[in-house]
Amino acid sequence: MLDRRAFGLLCLSVAAVLALHASHLPIWLTGVLALLIALRWLQQRRGGHVPTLLRLGLLVVLLTAVIATYGTLFGRAPGAAFAVGLLVLKLLESQRPRDARAAVLFAAFLLMSSLLFNQSLPMTLLAATALLPLLATLTALQPAPGADARRVLWSAPALLLAAALPAALLGFVLVPRLSTPLWGAPADTAARTGVGDTMTPGEYTQLLVDDSPAFRVGFDGPVPPRAERYFRGVVMEHFDGRTWSTSGSGQLGPAVELMRPTAPALHYVVTLEPTRRHLLFALDTPLDAPAGATLTRARTLLRAKAVDARLRYGVWSAPERILEPVLTPAARRLNLQLPAGFDPRARALAARWRTRFGRDDAAIVQAALRMFHDDGFSYTLAPPPLGRNSVDDFLFDTRAGFCEHYASAFTFLMRAAGIPARVIGGYQGGFHNRLGHYLLVRQSDAHAWSEVWLPNAGWTRVDPTAAVRPDRISLGAGAADAGSGAWYQVDWLRGLRNRIDIVNRLWDQAVIGFNALRQRGLLTRFGDGGDWRSLAGLLAGSTGVLMAIGLALALYERPRGDALTRGFARLQRRLEHCGLPRYAGEGPRDYLLRASRRLDAADAAQLLELAAAYLRLRYGALHPADETVHNWIHGVTKFRPHPVVQSDAIS
Amino acid sequence: MSAAARLRAGVAAVARRAEIRLPALTRQRRVEPLPILLHRRRIYIVPTGFGLLFATMLLVMLLGALNYNNNAALLLTCLLGAAAVNSMYGAFRALNGLRLDAIATGSAPAGRPLRVTLSFSAAGRPHRGLIVSAGDIDGALAVDRDGIGRVNLALPTVRRGWMPLPPLKLHSSWPFGLFRAWSWLRPQAALLVYARAEIVAAIPPAPDPAGARAAPAGDDSDDSAGLREYLAGDPPRRIAWKASAHHDDLRVRQSERASDDAEWRLDWHALHGIDAERRIACLAHWVNEAQAARARWSLVLPEVTLGPDRGETHWHACQRALALLP
Repeated sequence: MLDRRAFGLLCLSVAAVLALHASHLPIWLTGVLALLIALRWLQQRRGGHVPTLLRLGLLVVLLTAVIATYGTLFGRAPGAAFAVGLLVLKLLESQRPRDARAAVLFAAFLLMSSLLFNQSLPMTLLAATALLPLLATLTALQPAPGADARRVLWSAPALLLAAALPAALLGFVLVPRLSTPLWGAPADTAARTGVGDTMTPGEYTQLLVDDSPAFRVGFDGPVPPRAERYFRGVVMEHFDGRTWSTSGSGQLGPAVELMRPTAPALHYVVTLEPTRRHLLFALDTPLDAPAGATLTRARTLLRAKAVDARLRYGVWSAPERILEPVLTPAARRLNLQLPAGFDPRARALAARWRTRFGRDDAAIVQAALRMFHDDGFSYTLAPPPLGRNSVDDFLFDTRAGFCEHYASAFTFLMRAAGIPARVIGGYQGGFHNRLGHYLLVRQSDAHAWSEVWLPNAGWTRVDPTAAVRPDRISLGAGAADAGSGAWYQVDWLRGLRNRIDIVNRLWDQAVIGFNALRQRGLLTRFGDGGDWRSLAGLLAGSTGVLMAIGLALALYERPRGDALTRGFARLQRRLEHCGLPRYAGEGPRDYLLRASRRLDAADAAQLLELAAAYLRLRYGALHPADETVHNWIHGVTKFRPHPVVQSDAIS
Repeated sequence: MSAAARLRAGVAAVARRAEIRLPALTRQRRVEPLPILLHRRRIYIVPTGFGLLFATMLLVMLLGALNYNNNAALLLTCLLGAAAVNSMYGAFRALNGLRLDAIATGSAPAGRPLRVTLSFSAAGRPHRGLIVSAGDIDGALAVDRDGIGRVNLALPTVRRGWMPLPPLKLHSSWPFGLFRAWSWLRPQAALLVYARAEIVAAIPPAPDPAGARAAPAGDDSDDSAGLREYLAGDPPRRIAWKASAHHDDLRVRQSERASDDAEWRLDWHALHGIDAERRIACLAHWVNEAQAARARWSLVLPEVTLGPDRGETHWHACQRALALLP
């Protein structure tokens, strides 16, 4: 049977798992499960158990509730809700150590899965802390924990976890990452960074870091600088309040937008990985379409057939251009369209800018970018969810998101201020492989930005994400000026928040964004190719080294006894080397006397002296003075007897 | 020969070979004198069933984290995995450096459990979560830092005479139950099982003509100096019930003065016509009676005569002689 302490710890473990999952469970489910844990804890203290029929009933209720809430049992969120419920039910039936062990295993798995919903630094720290009650439960199941059990149940797991940190970091860096998922489960709610026809920032809960390649680009000339590597994929001009989308058949309009290059055109060859879509990607902005594809009205490439296999195509692009210097009234209407009844605060803000800056569209653009830069907006791959008024929520409430949030909000503001604007989806950046002289663009380089139509300049690219996170794209942002904000936006606090934000950013960069590419890059620095075979070898080797260090530490035992005993053991070893082992049951006096008779005269005299001193120190006083003990040990150190000649063995 | 039988035979052969090659791994270790210091050469460690399950679980967690490309989950999995591996050292250190110093045995007639107390000592750090097993008998043990830990095992006994101490297995799955470290101990220890006491003949112990057998006084004092452990064959009226409530076992009053003058002669030859084992049982019963009555008695056996004498030492000498009769 489980004792009270072990059961209490098990309840705590289950409660910790529930708390970590609480952010995405329905609030009533969290409440009911917490209540069940508390009731079960109280009941076990009184020695009761839950009848089987009741547990079966609760299982049916749980199943029904999950299906009623989510509509299905499969998928990440309903699966997690069901699993947490099952864990609590497991607690209800836990009577024996066996049950507790099974519950701990399941709880560990659920701790891991809670990070699939949110892998921010605080969540990860909480999950790591929640390992403590789990391991303490296992420790409490062991017999005879000793007199100070209450402390040891916590300190033993804490010590082992702390000692596990080096090996854990090593494993984290060296475990070979999968370049493609083994099973396609992540698709349900999380957005793949892969670029599609639509974009719904409000629905994304997390952007998965997908490091599989999207395409590779070989340039005829030099590779353009990072800040100019915008690959145009899709132009989204429709907004329904939640989702940006292409204008459907309208994108293949009667005429392609006019373009006048202002810099020499570039020629390059793109090798596109299969996408099962019709979109092709080209450096902003393509002059013409390759064979089998057409140029849409807004100058994106659309292939007649979906890309089902790797595709190679050559394109000419103009890195600098004036696009559509004269906007048709239809296009202007399309790019000012906003759904009614959404985001009133954003509209009001845009209207204030319009009255403040008059007809200066460029000033309004700058005002928006300044706001993103100065008013506490942060870049995160795991932003909080948005409500119905997604733009309002983002601009005035959460202020955290990634490129899709910024592009969507910026475009909305521009349209609300009367400036034609649209969202462009594509890729930005890429890794320049100098050896092969090509640009590797991965899914994780997916990006969204905006285009605003300004008189004389035509469609002008504006990347609001750059205002928030200039290192994402090395694009200059407007100079900062301190705006007035809510109390929590005062300068010193904002500075503090920005500074703390650095921790999140470092976490995002160092841990969340540590993908196969970065792993490879890290190892290349050590002159290693970084394929999975060398990774596995390195992992095995360094784990072996760490385990050897652990073994050495584990083998260390403090010598038994006090200094005097250790000194005597040393003396005994010396004599053993001379061929004079101590017999079993032989006392120190007899032993040393016998040994002295076998040694030569000088050694014997020295040994007799040592023996007499030892007997005096050991048996003459309860606590001999440290100094005399040290002197005696010093004597032992100096004592180097000559080996015994085995004369009697010959005769 | 069926496939299953062949497999069993194969496993047995491997086990036999392992016993020859690795004497410390199995119970075939030679008997050794005390003290026995546990060190790395005699400590073995394997994952438990739960440990294997835990490893499977870690693998599932790893696959999940890798599949979802979730680095935080991967970090958590690595942390848990490394802690699990570290617990292997914990199990090893639970045993390493421990020393079996002494074995004390109680006395018991055949058929009743014999209590064996093992004293372990630790140096420098505490040892926890230890279990000593002798066959099916288990005892849990924790040793404090620089302290002594004792564990009692109640070994079943079958017949009188010398009983070998069964191979002792000291094992631990501290701290998480993922790995089990064990070491076999074959300490040199002599366990003597006394003869079973049995009322065989209605022949009362012949009181010495010199003294009259006095009835035990109604002494109800709880003075534990006048009490001793209950032995099989003690008359129930002599049990000090009040005092027994304070102890784990029954206590029996010994009234010294009650039978100062009695001297009993417990004679093997008086029991002629009965087979040897039953004679021994009967004599053992008489010896218990005499001891309980605080009498002086002598025990006459075919080869030797013990006493006349009285007291605990004499009782043990008589029981020993009875236990070792051929």
